[in-house]
Amino acid sequence: MTTVLVLAERDSSNGTAKKTTLELLTLARRLGEPQVVWFGDQGSEAASVLGEYGASAVHVVGGQDMADHPVVPIVDVLQALVAELDATAVLVPSSADGKEAAGRLAVRIGSGVITDAVDISESGVATQSVFGGSTVVHSTVTHGIGIYTVRPNSVAPEPAPTTCGVIEVDSTVSEAAKSARVVERTVAGKGGRPELTEAAVVVSGGRGVGGSEGFEVIEKLADSLGAAVGASRAATDAGWYPHQYQVGQTGKTVSPQLYIANGISGAIQHRAGMQTSKVVVVVNKDAEAPLFELADFGVVGDLFEVVPQLTDEIDSRSN
Amino acid sequence: MKIAVCVKQVPDTWAEKTLSAEDSTLDRAAADGVLNELDEYAVEEALQLAEAHGGEVTVVSMGPERAAETVRKALSMGADAGIHVVDDSLHGSDAIATSAVLAAALDGKGFDLIVFGSESTDARMSVIPAMVAERLGIAQLTFAQRVSVSGSDVTIERVTDYGFDTVTGSTPAVISVVEKINEPRYPSFKGIMAAKKKPVDTVTVADLGLEAATVGQAAAWSAVQDFAARPPKPAGTVVTDEGDGGSRIAAYLTEQKFI
Ligand SMILES: Cc1cc2nc3c(=O)[nH]c(=O)nc-3n(C[C@H](O)[C@H](O)[C@H](O)COP(=O)(O)OP(=O)(O)OC[C@H]3O[C@@H](n4cnc5c(N)ncnc54)[C@H](O)[C@@H]3O)c2cc1C
Ligand SMILES: Cc1cc2nc3c(=O)[nH]c(=O)nc-3n(C[C@H](O)[C@H](O)[C@H](O)COP(=O)(O)OP(=O)(O)OC[C@H]3O[C@@H](n4cnc5c(N)ncnc54)[C@H](O)[C@@H]3O)c2cc1C
Repeated sequence: MTTVLVLAERDSSNGTAKKTTLELLTLARRLGEPQVVWFGDQGSEAASVLGEYGASAVHVVGGQDMADHPVVPIVDVLQALVAELDATAVLVPSSADGKEAAGRLAVRIGSGVITDAVDISESGVATQSVFGGSTVVHSTVTHGIGIYTVRPNSVAPEPAPTTCGVIEVDSTVSEAAKSARVVERTVAGKGGRPELTEAAVVVSGGRGVGGSEGFEVIEKLADSLGAAVGASRAATDAGWYPHQYQVGQTGKTVSPQLYIANGISGAIQHRAGMQTSKVVVVVNKDAEAPLFELADFGVVGDLFEVVPQLTDEIDSRSN
Repeated sequence: MKIAVCVKQVPDTWAEKTLSAEDSTLDRAAADGVLNELDEYAVEEALQLAEAHGGEVTVVSMGPERAAETVRKALSMGADAGIHVVDDSLHGSDAIATSAVLAAALDGKGFDLIVFGSESTDARMSVIPAMVAERLGIAQLTFAQRVSVSGSDVTIERVTDYGFDTVTGSTPAVISVVEKINEPRYPSFKGIMAAKKKPVDTVTVADLGLEAATVGQAAAWSAVQDFAARPPKPAGTVVTDEGDGGSRIAAYLTEQKFI
């Protein structure tokens, strides 16, 4: 069987494998035998869960010096492993780092690259959902090996237990990697909720929320559903919610099972980040708000009336 | 300081975008072409850097004949000169070819900083800046929400999942910017008039020393097999709150098995 490399995505708060990694393994198994590339600590701890989803090995790249340079060390390691293992495909998460690493790797090893795949078939045909989800495209890499970036929440992870060996990668920082260095990391997040791009349910707020205090109403609803919180750019720009929770063209692209938008009008840039959500619920006091066009269920009303009532109902139903 | 800024012409943000039935490439004739929204922020950042540190801004764009309007738009905002790569052989180019063409157009011209937007609104790959940095073998300082330059040191704040990373490198460097970085200026009437007289170098693939056979759709390393419009979503139910709006959503979510 041929080897397929999967770049793991770690949860930055606790260092464990994100669900995206298991989704990538599920797709990678269709193409060959997956082996994982893991940057950072806790690779050997993760081996059991990676094995459960079909990884036969995890290549652990430790050392702070590798972590201190953006993107290029990932490319260096993937390039070396593709050559060493004769890998026939590489799957990486569609994160900023993942996409950039995929693009650079494609240039280095002379392969085509497909971004934002939502599915990959046994024969390597990728499905892309483009133009805000209005068009479905099937595409293939026609030169070199297949390099794909895969969107989170595209497939349900399926277990396929096997034994996963742990291999320490002996790595040094290349000259190319040294050209940029991370000197400080600033955490501005709000912990304790599911990661936005991975969450099954996202509850988001826009300008209609009116201020940072207003976001408490949104957070309460999110917590009653075990959901992540998102925000429109109007809300993040106003400083009501941190920027990394922005959903849209220049924020995160989410495709949860359920997206509940509160006080968001539905600008095209916002839609670009949530249009592929399975079920959309909209609360807005303006019946003309364009986001109602996407709603499976919508309520024209004041979010400060509707949302707390919804939260209470959910809390009472689940008790 | 010599600064380049790469801009792409894309279909108008609000326009319905479609692929052409003939060759599965973006149907660019179907909508008005505009300067990619995020590239306005790239132009603004390049202009601000030139204003702060002295120097010239050159706009670089690869695109069909009418992308010349996009180059002019950037010139009317205040850039000094343009390079427009236009060649029929480029039609249908993938990211591999696009990055090769841009790298060839930028290489050897002594640019200290090459500024990009972080994403196009049509293909949305977010890879070209990194691929150009790879090809030119220079520092990649991308997804910047802040850029500061001091001598040959360049420091940016790279947006991440958890906040941001402060990343440093030195010139020459590739930068890409996110929209939080600045507020793009509108071209003034004077700017629009002045842009008409600014020099734009129109170059072909051969002028860049590349073979026409290595670019365009036939040479692409990825290919579209087929595509289809997703059937439009059936219209949902919209109700007006009569004091029971929250309960009605709860009932809907129960029916859909979310609660
Ligand atoms: C280059 C660029 C990139 C962008 N990227 C993004 C992006 O990634 N994400 C993004 O979201 N936007 C993005 N935008 C901005 C986008 O164009 C919109 O400006 C933004 O999405 C508007 O946010 P909003 O819907 O919260 O605000 P508004 O459009 O002001 O809408 C607020 C809505 O709240 C409703 N409302 C007010 N009070 C209440 C109440 N009490 N109860 C119920 N409803 C109420 C109003 O009826 C209104 O419909 C981008 C713009 C540009 C130019
Ligand atoms: C729907 C769709 C899907 C596609 N999928 C793929 C794919 O999976 N793989 C593939 O190889 N190709 C793909 N292509 C082709 C790809 O769009 C082009 O190669 C394109 O030139 C580069 O991608 P981008 O526009 O997404 O660039 P991005 O990487 O999103 O652009 C980032 C920045 O690079 C600069 N830039 C980009 N293009 C130009 C240009 N022509 N001139 C000057 N500056 C520029 C701008 O500053 C821009 O903000 C796709 C095209 C479409 C329409």
